[in-house]
Amino acid sequence: MLYRETGQFKTSYAADMAIFPIRQDRIAFWILLAVAFIAVPVLDAYQLWPLRGEYLIRAILIPFLILALAAIGLNILTGYCGQLSLGSGAFMAVGAYSAYKFATGVHIPLDILTISIPPLPVLPSILLGGLMSAVVGILFGVPSLRIKGLYLAVATLAAQFFFDWLFIRVPWFTNYTPSGSVTAPELNFFGFYANKPIEKYLVCLIFVTLFALMAKNLTRGNIGRQWMAIRDMDIAAELMGIRPLYAKLSAFAVSSFMIGVAGALWAFIYLGSWEPLAFNIDRSFQLLFMVIIGGLGSILGSFMGAAFILVLPIMLDQVPHALGMPLSVETMSLTVFVVIGALICWLLIVEPHGFARLWSTGKEKLRLWPYPY
Amino acid sequence: MVAFGQFLEVFISGLLAGVLYSLVALGFVLIFKASGVFNFAQGAMVLLAGLALVRSLDFLVAKGFPLWGAIALGLLFAAVIMAITAWIVERFVLGPLVNQDALTLFMSTIGITFMIEGGAQMMFGADVYPLKLFPTDAWFLFGNVFDGGILVNKLDVWGGLIAAVLVGGLALFFQRTKTGRALRAVADDHAAAQSVGIPLNWIWFVVWLVAGLVALVAATVWGTKLGVQFSITFLALKALPVLIIGGFTSVPGAIVGGLIAGAGEKLAEAYLGPIIGGGIEYWFAYVLALVVLLMRPQGLFGERIIERI
Repeated sequence: MLYRETGQFKTSYAADMAIFPIRQDRIAFWILLAVAFIAVPVLDAYQLWPLRGEYLIRAILIPFLILALAAIGLNILTGYCGQLSLGSGAFMAVGAYSAYKFATGVHIPLDILTISIPPLPVLPSILLGGLMSAVVGILFGVPSLRIKGLYLAVATLAAQFFFDWLFIRVPWFTNYTPSGSVTAPELNFFGFYANKPIEKYLVCLIFVTLFALMAKNLTRGNIGRQWMAIRDMDIAAELMGIRPLYAKLSAFAVSSFMIGVAGALWAFIYLGSWEPLAFNIDRSFQLLFMVIIGGLGSILGSFMGAAFILVLPIMLDQVPHALGMPLSVETMSLTVFVVIGALICWLLIVEPHGFARLWSTGKEKLRLWPYPY
Repeated sequence: MVAFGQFLEVFISGLLAGVLYSLVALGFVLIFKASGVFNFAQGAMVLLAGLALVRSLDFLVAKGFPLWGAIALGLLFAAVIMAITAWIVERFVLGPLVNQDALTLFMSTIGITFMIEGGAQMMFGADVYPLKLFPTDAWFLFGNVFDGGILVNKLDVWGGLIAAVLVGGLALFFQRTKTGRALRAVADDHAAAQSVGIPLNWIWFVVWLVAGLVALVAATVWGTKLGVQFSITFLALKALPVLIIGGFTSVPGAIVGGLIAGAGEKLAEAYLGPIIGGGIEYWFAYVLALVVLLMRPQGLFGERIIERI
């Protein structure tokens, strides 16, 4: 009864094109933002349930936000533009390492001239890291003009293997640390130091909110429609006057920009210090699963998928504990494998569009409730 | 002569290593050729087959079976496991996904990969198990021509022989038998094949069974080389550039692609490696694959892809 749009008339074009055309959705969205921006810090300040201690914020909320951002990036490429990518871990690594280089100063001595950039503040470093990732993404997107589908997936895998190698073997990227692991600079945003978990959380939240809004609007606009046309049938799209070069490469650029920023955040904020292993192929698969399970071609689905993939191992750890039959670490990790694999197959069979579609089906049912039609 | 001898040694070892990649790539080609499904689970199937074989071998030998009997029974047991896997995959995953697009099918095989990896290790244990089916010592050839001779690993030669027999058998199967022809029809178009009365479920079961048996063969060779362990699943990733180079739909392509990829990466490691830093064999095959893709998107032996609206 609550979820009903009777009487909500749209009297302007602006109202017609709103992101959330239904009032209840708008209210829910603002409540969600209020919870994220106000309730969480307040609960943390007073150490109330469920934020007692730092576990929830540090081990769940921060990685959730960052991986959701990366999943949105991948969703733009795979879900909206239909270009399957298995190299998102590499683009995260490119973002992380270039942000690190910008934050600690770039020095390239060439024979004819020496390029030196002084250490930049953290925020420009992260954004420049995303930009570098976008450039690399465009480079590896070029083959997509000739090949598609599974062939392209292999091309993006090439990116994954190449960058894994590059960041391990070329010491310039790690500022010649002997162990190959690097430590992020202090998180100084215009004099505001993000040291406590709640502050880091807020920084991530601001990034994710802005980028999610940006992604939502991009996909609703001209360029987003071009992406979807390319995804649905590229030849037909081309005949309609969409330039595949522009559409595909822009999808690669936007997607890897977001993934790169997410990589920089993952390194700077979540990990603090990291080694190349943090961005190996498992990360790529994890992101792909988030997108598949959450829903291809849905921003909301990216969040749902990220939440699910992150929470599932924790649940599988906690539930047997609560039932009094704790599993060994090894059995647990194998169970996670099997369950994730089974869930992917099951979801592809019953609902190829993921959680996001289940959610909208649910809303559709609610609108008609209690009458089935 | 020393430099040439060294070149030849690297080249031959690369070719032989490439044959082993081809063994894994063959499994991919089979499933792709026969059902249009890009089977990401091939590496996991090699792991499953290897684990089933080595664990049953250990068990049988401990029970006091003679070695040849243990090997025969172990191979049989592993083959049965692969048959069961093929049945489960067909019945519970691919059957319900009939007529979905290629991407959905591909992603479902990623799901299958995870299930097989987790399930296999749950059933058979997650350690490293040594497997000794083939001799692993080295031969020295042409000792009188080159200084020190050319070092060739016997295991790699065995791998090459097995691959040759396998390819011959598969070519016959595809070209000469009724089932083989039905497989090719299914690869072309699921719905059309179904409408002329080809039983899709049975065909898919056969394909996955054959791919499982190829995985078992690959597992015997790779297991002897590396020991049966989780990292064997990464073979799938090694076989991908091989497929791209040779073409997804060509059995000979998988072999030639393997040879090119293997020789290319060993030569690159030996001659480019010292210049730009070691370890480039991990991605060199991918670079080769990218180059091939840009020139011939369907691979060297693949069928030309023609698209209509």
